[in-house]
Amino acid sequence: MSDTASDTASETGSARDARDPAGALHRRRIAVARLRDLALIPAIIAIAIVGQVVNPVFLRSDNLINVLQTMSEIAVLVLAETLVLIVKKMDLSLESTMGLAPGIAAWLTVPKGAGHGLGLLPGGWAVPVTLAVGVAIGIVNALLIIRFGLNGFIVTLGMLIVLRGLLTGISGGQTFFNLTGSMLYLGTAQWLGMPASVWVTLVLFAIGIVVLSYTSFGRALYAIGGNVDAAKTAGIRTDRVLWIVMVTASVLAALGGLMLSGRLASVASAQGNGDIFTVFAAAVIGGISLNGGKGSMFGAFTGILLLFLIQNVLTLGGVPAQWIGALNGAIILVALVISRITGGKVQD
Amino acid sequence: MGTVQTGTVPPVAEATGITKRFGSTVALREAHITVEPGQTHALVGRNGAGKSTLVSILTGLQTPDEGTVTFGGTPAPRPADRDAWRRRVACVYQKSTIIPQLTVAENLFLHRHARGRGGLISWPAVRRQARDLLATWSVEVDVRAPAGELSVEQRQFVEIARALSFGARFIILDEPTAQLDGAAIARLFQRIRELQAQGVTFLYISHHLEEIYEICDTVTVFRDARHVLTAPVEQLARTELVAAMTGEAAAAAQDRLERPQVTDTAREVLAVSGLSLSEAYHDVSFAVRPGEIVGLAGAASSGRTELAETIAGLRAADAGEVRISGRRPRPDSVPDALAAGVGFVPQDRHHQGYVPQMSIADNGTLTVPRRLGPRGLINHRRRDEIAHAMIENLAIVTPGPEQQVSGLSGGNQQKVVMARALANDPKVLVLISPTAGVDVRSKEFLLGKVEQTAAGGTGVLIASDELDDLRRCDRVLVLFQGRMVAEMARGWHDHALVAAMEGVDLRV
Repeated sequence: MSDTASDTASETGSARDARDPAGALHRRRIAVARLRDLALIPAIIAIAIVGQVVNPVFLRSDNLINVLQTMSEIAVLVLAETLVLIVKKMDLSLESTMGLAPGIAAWLTVPKGAGHGLGLLPGGWAVPVTLAVGVAIGIVNALLIIRFGLNGFIVTLGMLIVLRGLLTGISGGQTFFNLTGSMLYLGTAQWLGMPASVWVTLVLFAIGIVVLSYTSFGRALYAIGGNVDAAKTAGIRTDRVLWIVMVTASVLAALGGLMLSGRLASVASAQGNGDIFTVFAAAVIGGISLNGGKGSMFGAFTGILLLFLIQNVLTLGGVPAQWIGALNGAIILVALVISRITGGKVQD
Repeated sequence: MGTVQTGTVPPVAEATGITKRFGSTVALREAHITVEPGQTHALVGRNGAGKSTLVSILTGLQTPDEGTVTFGGTPAPRPADRDAWRRRVACVYQKSTIIPQLTVAENLFLHRHARGRGGLISWPAVRRQARDLLATWSVEVDVRAPAGELSVEQRQFVEIARALSFGARFIILDEPTAQLDGAAIARLFQRIRELQAQGVTFLYISHHLEEIYEICDTVTVFRDARHVLTAPVEQLARTELVAAMTGEAAAAAQDRLERPQVTDTAREVLAVSGLSLSEAYHDVSFAVRPGEIVGLAGAASSGRTELAETIAGLRAADAGEVRISGRRPRPDSVPDALAAGVGFVPQDRHHQGYVPQMSIADNGTLTVPRRLGPRGLINHRRRDEIAHAMIENLAIVTPGPEQQVSGLSGGNQQKVVMARALANDPKVLVLISPTAGVDVRSKEFLLGKVEQTAAGGTGVLIASDELDDLRRCDRVLVLFQGRMVAEMARGWHDHALVAAMEGVDLRV
């Protein structure tokens, strides 16, 4: 019993001993937490190998740039949704914003005639109008959710339906053509040998990574999502941060819509329809928690990248287009299982 | 008024003539408190006495309708000036104000991160500052660990260190020991004494009178929204303190229910043999007879909670078996345990005890859907009848059975949990820390109800490290690091039991 005596004599010593296994556990957890960011990298490498085996075209730079360009618009939506999810809110209306914002711009700027526009404003107004519509939608969302305390899921579900209906209404269910040059620019221009939209997406994600990890504003998002009361007591103006996040997300969705309209040289009344599911799937696969406060921008990027690479491999492998839908769903489920295994924790 | 010792140093914090109303209810009426520098000042009172309101006024989260607050002789800052408040006072709440997903370092310096080049956060600098801060107050925690993985004890130390880093030297501890085991409480007290020596003043809120006598210099009692008395701890006998809290003389010495002596030949209602669960408990065997109250004592890490949860069907043991009056319910099945006749009061009522948004009636009858009507349909009149009986039986203070449980006080919430456990007339009643965070009177009541239930022929198992819970037991089994190390008959001495729980051999 001499051990017991010496233990009680040095209180802190025994405390340290008692905590040691927990300390080892912590170290392991931290390692896992860091790896969580990179969890999808092995999966992406595996897909690259499979893709190369299926079709040697896969790793050619034009194919990869094509994948990046195809995913660029929806990746911007993923970025926006990631911000919203980290503060423990939801925004389903992003996909409709992606259609309505460029839709209104086209409606106002495209000349009367075959393009279905009104021709009320000169072409130079198209981009400012698109972004302004994004801001306006963000303000409405924030007003209802933050100011009036309504449930974010249902508010943005309502907004999703209303905004989609507005686009169908102004376009009469038709597609806007003959867009002005400023609307086409981001979707068609090449900067340094890569499409402008790819650059925009990569730069936005880089900014996102820096803001989320290295600025007080970014850390405030995690604090609010993790424990809003604690964030308040730490002196964070939580409502203001939430407003900024909701409005930023809508503006980003409008920008994504602008890029998509530019690439397709049109605004269909169904632009963005159904994309929100892919957006959520990519975010969760990328490690963003639906319960807030968790996940990284880099993880979200790898999430959407993985989904599009798999789609590309399926296309290159000659899978009939009719089966792509079912496979996409299956991919999402498999990717979730993989990230559950690598993450080690119950997804919430 | 009061017992202000007029010295040369102004009080660290003083509130005078505080009145605070919430609608029609008066939370504080002409209340006052004076905390002298270097003291550890206890604030006690039953649930609803106005302690939490006073804390939120002292921390600037609420403004009083009348009255003034001063710190060190100067008036309190404006309510909006959170930084100024944080430099004067901090509160470590029962509910954590730590963000579990973030690291310890980031929690400490949230919203005031160290900046590097370009105004961006420099994580190495943040971690270094955090390490320095924790080292200053000798808190041994890895600053890179996610805060959610800290133990309750470590979290409290981190919160105290954070409070001190703002410059506050007046710290309010709101029931700091509620979730700690004996060894951790000892370490917390050691830490409080060290900080006191370094000039930190504490306001200590607790339901545990023992702790107040151990750690505090002065005690202030609140009752029914009013200040009742302030006195040096050593000049106040325990009975007087309890009397001041309850408003009745000598409430502590309640007449115990005389229970018939349990005969050894009585058939066992609960038999546990050779039960083991890795990293929790090993090869545990015991039996509980009808009408017997058995204590299961041990520190938080002793495995007592896991053992009780195994019996209730929340966990499956690796080896051994549990028999409830001869039947062997499927392990890891709560419905089976319920059907076999186990009533269960879980450890943490907030997590496992009740559904806060549901009514008393719904919560109380969760375990007995079959009594509510045929084929899973719920007969509302039947449910409300049962609920009325519960409210009466357990003296739950509520406007009616439709009241949401979240709107009840802690003691009454625990009574609802107890009602749920008793709803199916259990043969075996398993309780884990049944009086944690409950005021003195509710505590007496709940334990009295346990004795009454046992007198009706139910076997009772109380897993707790609270001496007051264990005192009612016919015998107490002591677990230490997962093994049963002692069995004590009624009439044990406090220090013998505590020593056994802590694994200390007093004979050395």
